[in-house]
Amino acid sequence: MLYRETGQFKTSYSADQAIFPIFQDRMFILGWLIVAFIAVPLMASEYWFQIILIPFLVFSLATLGLNILVGYCGQISLGTGGFMAVGAFSAYKLATNVPELNIIFVILISGLITALVGILFGLPSLRIKGFYLAVATLAAQFFLIWMFNKFGWFVNYSPSGSIAIPPMEIFGVMVTSAKADPVARYYLALGFTVVLALLAKNLVRGPTGRAWMAIRDMDIAAEIIGIKPLATKLKAFAVSSFFIGVAGALYFSAWSGTAESDAFDINLSFNILFMVIIGGLGSVVGSFMGAAFIVLLPIFLTNLFVGELGFSALTAKHLEITIFGALIIFFLAVEPHGLARMWQVTKEKLRIWPFPH
Amino acid sequence: MKLSKFLLGTASALALSGSLVVTDMAVAQEILVPSLVYRTGAYAPNGVPLANGIADYFALLNARDGGIGGVKIKVEECETGYKTPVGVECYEALKAKGAVAFSPFSTGITYQLIPKATQDKIPIFSMGYGRTSAADGSVFKWVFNFPTTYWSQASAVIKYFGDRAGGMDKLKGKKIVHIYHNSAYGKEANPTLEILAKKLGFNLTLLAVDHPGQEQKSTWLQVRRIKPDYIFMSGWGVMNQVAIKEAASINFPMENFLGNWWSGTESDTIPGGAGANGYTSTNFHSVGANFSALNDIKKYVYDAGNGAGKKERIGEVLYNRGIVNSVFVAEAIRVAQKKFGVKQVTGEQVRYGFENLNMDAARWKELGLGGFMGNVKVTCKDHEGGGGVVFIQKWDASGKKWDRVGSAKGYTPMRDVVRPLVEADAAAFAKENGITPRDCS
Repeated sequence: MLYRETGQFKTSYSADQAIFPIFQDRMFILGWLIVAFIAVPLMASEYWFQIILIPFLVFSLATLGLNILVGYCGQISLGTGGFMAVGAFSAYKLATNVPELNIIFVILISGLITALVGILFGLPSLRIKGFYLAVATLAAQFFLIWMFNKFGWFVNYSPSGSIAIPPMEIFGVMVTSAKADPVARYYLALGFTVVLALLAKNLVRGPTGRAWMAIRDMDIAAEIIGIKPLATKLKAFAVSSFFIGVAGALYFSAWSGTAESDAFDINLSFNILFMVIIGGLGSVVGSFMGAAFIVLLPIFLTNLFVGELGFSALTAKHLEITIFGALIIFFLAVEPHGLARMWQVTKEKLRIWPFPH
Repeated sequence: MKLSKFLLGTASALALSGSLVVTDMAVAQEILVPSLVYRTGAYAPNGVPLANGIADYFALLNARDGGIGGVKIKVEECETGYKTPVGVECYEALKAKGAVAFSPFSTGITYQLIPKATQDKIPIFSMGYGRTSAADGSVFKWVFNFPTTYWSQASAVIKYFGDRAGGMDKLKGKKIVHIYHNSAYGKEANPTLEILAKKLGFNLTLLAVDHPGQEQKSTWLQVRRIKPDYIFMSGWGVMNQVAIKEAASINFPMENFLGNWWSGTESDTIPGGAGANGYTSTNFHSVGANFSALNDIKKYVYDAGNGAGKKERIGEVLYNRGIVNSVFVAEAIRVAQKKFGVKQVTGEQVRYGFENLNMDAARWKELGLGGFMGNVKVTCKDHEGGGGVVFIQKWDASGKKWDRVGSAKGYTPMRDVVRPLVEADAAAFAKENGITPRDCS
């Protein structure tokens, strides 16, 4: 009843091509933006910012980046952790060696550097596909982490190999390091996430995204209708790596403040791939849902068991691991296409509500 | 699909999570001491005895003395699995509850918490791990790493090797290998070793082992090629026992194989069986259960059924280390209570307590731990507490116990070499992060 587009007539091409053509969807997004930009900073505590909100935004962005590559262009990658490390270490080198550079440009340039690295490691995708490509990107993961661990130049020769973000400002407001207000760091992460999510949404519904999907669905057919595989695939690698690089830079600057190369190991790559799969391949909103599921559920379970039910930390951990695994199986069994598909089914049901068919 | 059920579940989950982070400040007359533990994951064999030691000492204080200064201590464990992001989550959750001091027991977590805790005015006590340059209290006001650090330890280790070679000048031309855990923790000793290699003229080879350290074939192939005179190891968890087994399999003389203080516990040597006999490691405290405080733990805590672990594991290396950690935290709380005349101390006051700790032989004796470890005197400038004493312990595989070897007094670090390095690194950190060092004179 509430969610029904009946009666919403498009009277111009621009209205028909709008990013959210349905009025309710627009209101829905607007509502979330109001919540994210105004309501959340007013209500959340430091714990919420540091443990729930900022990591959620950072991982959403990384998931979105990987989803462009895996979900839209059909190229499997296991190098996400390595690419995030490129973003983080670039941000560190830029922030410490060019201190006059504004943090916004530091993050954007880190993203561009990661895009270049992504293109480099994307080259094999022109010849190899599927699982073989996954193995090639796995090499990127191990090579990059090894490189950051091996060469002291990347960490300014710090003896422990760990890096720390210096305090940086935007218009006189401190936004990085522990000295910054968590709200400021949240806005930094939120700003990048919203702008890039908008960019991603527009990319995937335009010619670029259609070319990606054509390659994903059948590359030979795509080539026959005039899509260049080289340019299209490398574009996907570049855009995806840019997003992941920005996410890595935010991971380091807005969230953790310090990092070492170990933080970006293969487990991180798998985690982000799981976020993509659980959220839904080829869906922007699914990236956010997947990230929310994987980032927030363990924290929620721990708080539930230890904080509310008073279990010991050890029992809670064991239960958490068990339930987390069971829930992943449950969700994928109920809806193999991920949470995004569930959301779509919900919308379709709402459209014909109160009738079942 | 039962969509309604799913939605209902999500809604109730959200409602619950909303109610979770209500900051219940520690109830009056109870001091909250957080304990970041890892009873799960690859490092659990090390994490379990540590956590038990920490918990048992406070349980003893509560049961025998009614807490500290009449206030009960509440130890709240938070499971990190040795994972850095989870450790930070624990920190944020326990900080909100009013925790007075953190001991992360992970160098990775320590590095993350240093800037945060400095901002939140909560002391970090990283006992013999974490950032070495935090020993410079003028820059790292909120971080304490006494009784000694990785760099001090490395210099003491070289002294011990010199002792074995028959004099420091005899080290010239000797081959020393450092096998280290390829992480922030394992790398800490490298710069000091490199400087000493230059100074004393021994050949140093650095061999990294990646987490978790089950695969060391290539490392030991290199060891066989190099044929080192001495091996020093900075390992952790499963890496240690694998290394000890590998060393035994190539017949490397065990008495020339020395682990650091995180590479010498029962769970490292027992899996090696008879092959591990003679393996040595450093330590900064005694092992064994022959101390009256530990007997009290058996009496007041375990006999009452409140023990965290098994009674027969009291006295293990890492159990005793957990005890030491708790002793220092408890003493810092005591000093703070006395100075500020309050029972319910804050993190800021406990920081004062840490900075004014003076643990001499008499105080150790009073605590029922006479001869347990060297003296520690912390000052504003020196958060390492004087540099400490490093003991060498040797594994007796048949008796399943550690015996002290080398100099009976232990080995003191080369402060003249290490301290300038500490101050230089601290100054670089201060510059990078815009910190003005405080005046300690």
